Amino acid sequence: MSCTICGLPALDLERLAGKLRAGARLMVGQPDYDLYVAHRRARHADAAVMTREEFFFERQARRFGEGGSRAFRCC
Amino acid sequence: MSTSVASPGRNMPSLVLWALVGALGVFALVTLATARGESVNAIWLVSAATCVYLIAYRFYSLFIAQWVLRLDPSRATPAHRHNDGLDYVPTDKYVLFGHHFAAIAGAGPLVGPVLAAQMGYLPGTLWLLAGVVFAGAVQDFLVLFISTRRDGRSLGDLIKTEMGRAPGVIAMVGILAIMIILLAVLALVVVKALADSPWGAFTVFATLPIAVFMGVHGRYLRPGRIFEMSAIGFALLIASIALGRNVAESATLAPLFTFKGETLAFMLIGYGFVASVLPVWLLLAPRDYLSTFLKIGTILSLALGILFVWPVLHMPAVSRFIDGSGPVFSGSVFPFLFITIACGAVSGFHSLVASGTTPKMIANEQQTRFIGYGAMLMESFVAIMALIAACVLEPGVYFAMNSPPALIGVTPDAAASAISAWGFAITPETLADVASQVGEKTILSRTGGAPTLAVGMATILASVVGGSGAMSFWYHFAILFEALFILTTIDAGTRVARFMIQDLIGTFAPAFRRTQAWIPNLAATGIAVTGWGWFLYQGVIDPLGGINTLWPLFGIANQMLAAIALTLCAVVLFRMKRQAYALVAVVPMAWLYVCTLTAGVEKIFHDNPRIGFLAHARIFGDAAGRGELLAPAKTAVEMQRIVFNDYVDVTLCAIFIALVLSMLVYGLIAIRAALRADTVTTKEAGDELHDLRTAGARS
Repeated sequence: MSCTICGLPALDLERLAGKLRAGARLMVGQPDYDLYVAHRRARHADAAVMTREEFFFERQARRFGEGGSRAFRCC
Repeated sequence: MSTSVASPGRNMPSLVLWALVGALGVFALVTLATARGESVNAIWLVSAATCVYLIAYRFYSLFIAQWVLRLDPSRATPAHRHNDGLDYVPTDKYVLFGHHFAAIAGAGPLVGPVLAAQMGYLPGTLWLLAGVVFAGAVQDFLVLFISTRRDGRSLGDLIKTEMGRAPGVIAMVGILAIMIILLAVLALVVVKALADSPWGAFTVFATLPIAVFMGVHGRYLRPGRIFEMSAIGFALLIASIALGRNVAESATLAPLFTFKGETLAFMLIGYGFVASVLPVWLLLAPRDYLSTFLKIGTILSLALGILFVWPVLHMPAVSRFIDGSGPVFSGSVFPFLFITIACGAVSGFHSLVASGTTPKMIANEQQTRFIGYGAMLMESFVAIMALIAACVLEPGVYFAMNSPPALIGVTPDAAASAISAWGFAITPETLADVASQVGEKTILSRTGGAPTLAVGMATILASVVGGSGAMSFWYHFAILFEALFILTTIDAGTRVARFMIQDLIGTFAPAFRRTQAWIPNLAATGIAVTGWGWFLYQGVIDPLGGINTLWPLFGIANQMLAAIALTLCAVVLFRMKRQAYALVAVVPMAWLYVCTLTAGVEKIFHDNPRIGFLAHARIFGDAAGRGELLAPAKTAVEMQRIVFNDYVDVTLCAIFIALVLSMLVYGLIAIRAALRADTVTTKEAGDELHDLRTAGARS
């Protein structure tokens, strides 16, 4: 869909809101759960998939915990 | 490499547009630079900065992307090669930009420019713009690129593989040192803002139960509802600001929340210890949500406020303190302005972020330009806004807030006459008025930048929402927001420092690495907290306000890390056989070496006791030898302690200098080896895939 007058693509509010929401969640270290599930299904079909809550807790612990994903924050 | 940088003739409308942007930028800069006597509107500063950023992004970062690095959109990034849905996830570039920006922007770009405003708005502005374009954004971009091509590995790791084991360990020690100083100086900013301020102290204390409630909510009541719990937390925060006024006005409650600096320092140290051993969901994570969202929201509202109000800058373009005699920080423009404004121009700490979580989520290598270079430009803009907020204040008010009591005394009368004598006319009534407008007993010597920024922000925001009656609310809102995200940095930073210490000691005693075991955990946390707590306490009892001593040390440490990161970038460029373009990294690297080394040497040896630690130690040592007492010491023991502290600071500076010099030597050795080799010597991950694909495309 694009604007008939100026030719610019119409503002897709739903998409924009989705991005803002994903951006805000990633800022505090929470990646997209649906993407995670899709990835597990596609690549590791036989392995267990964390529930939404387990995923949240796991990411929360990792953000300030040990391991590669430890978040550095600037001054 | 489908487009070229400048294509005159082929794209006339674009050329005209960029010429206009350039002309506006030049006009704005000239307006700023030639303003003498009359006040200048902040909108010129905003215009100048925006035009410089646009041009730098469009041309210089494109030059780096296409000529220097030759970004390759067809190359598989770590997010694709190691996709696990958790750490390694190909992420939308705007979403990732937000993540990266939230990680790099903190209190640093808000404090440094406020301190630098003592020299006038022009020196700080020019360094912020030149520094970000040629040093800061380049560093972030290059490190992000280098890490992305090497599986998203960390800075220490990269130095180890590209330059050798010894420089790797040196860099790790350097990173730990900067963490400790960073935590101390940020904690000091909080102490300075909350001391003798029951309103401020109450609201910040209130964040503890609020965070715990959010933590329980997010763990047991409604797990994972980040926005819901943050909204509840935010509403409670606003309520606590409103309630804080009653606390401050109550005769029984106000004394309970009135603390001296020393008391607050010990509270913070205890808090740092507890918060970093508690489970993260209880306190740390919910605080992180609140402070991150509040930070972004406040930055946006400050930007909107400035655009809406068009405030006038009352600070002169260049003040008389350009000679280095200023009360806020001591020392001349070179090197101390470049040390004072670290974040916002160039910040070594970003090299840790750019080699941390971000490179693991880059969906396409080409986006390192937008995310690495772009996000740093945005942080520089935050620093420009902080500078504006400080410069909209009457200079007299600014100096009253930022000068130590040793120079301006402790009463409005004394302060007004001292500051007026410097040539910034101010009356005691004005100082008292400002204090009562923001709901504080006094604004004198509220050093550390945060209160100044809060008054500036309150002035701007109150003229949009609420009028002058809302000044006190906006002031305490700004104080709370700064304290909140500094405290989040302190507890998260203490944890990071703890892991680093466990890692470092673990190199020699592997059992110490076990992060789940209680004894190493408590021991390493104790070391971390003692480290920054010690510097914090010294800062609190320092007669010159502490910021004076600690901020330069922090600046030196941060720029030193940037010098180390840029050395890595230069070495990698040589090893990639792109030495023709190595100046892109070598010039800012050399500049940072010159700055940090000069500043380090001056901090040790300068004759002026306000700059040189040895001169300061000599004065106190001689007086102690004669049996005299010099303020603030009240006993002979305190005199000795001041001398001892000076020697500790000397040692720290000497360590920084040794670190920087050894990295320089290792860098030169690595560059020479790269020049002697006939072929590319650096190893990038994903080469194999890339070769296969291009071979396939050829056949």
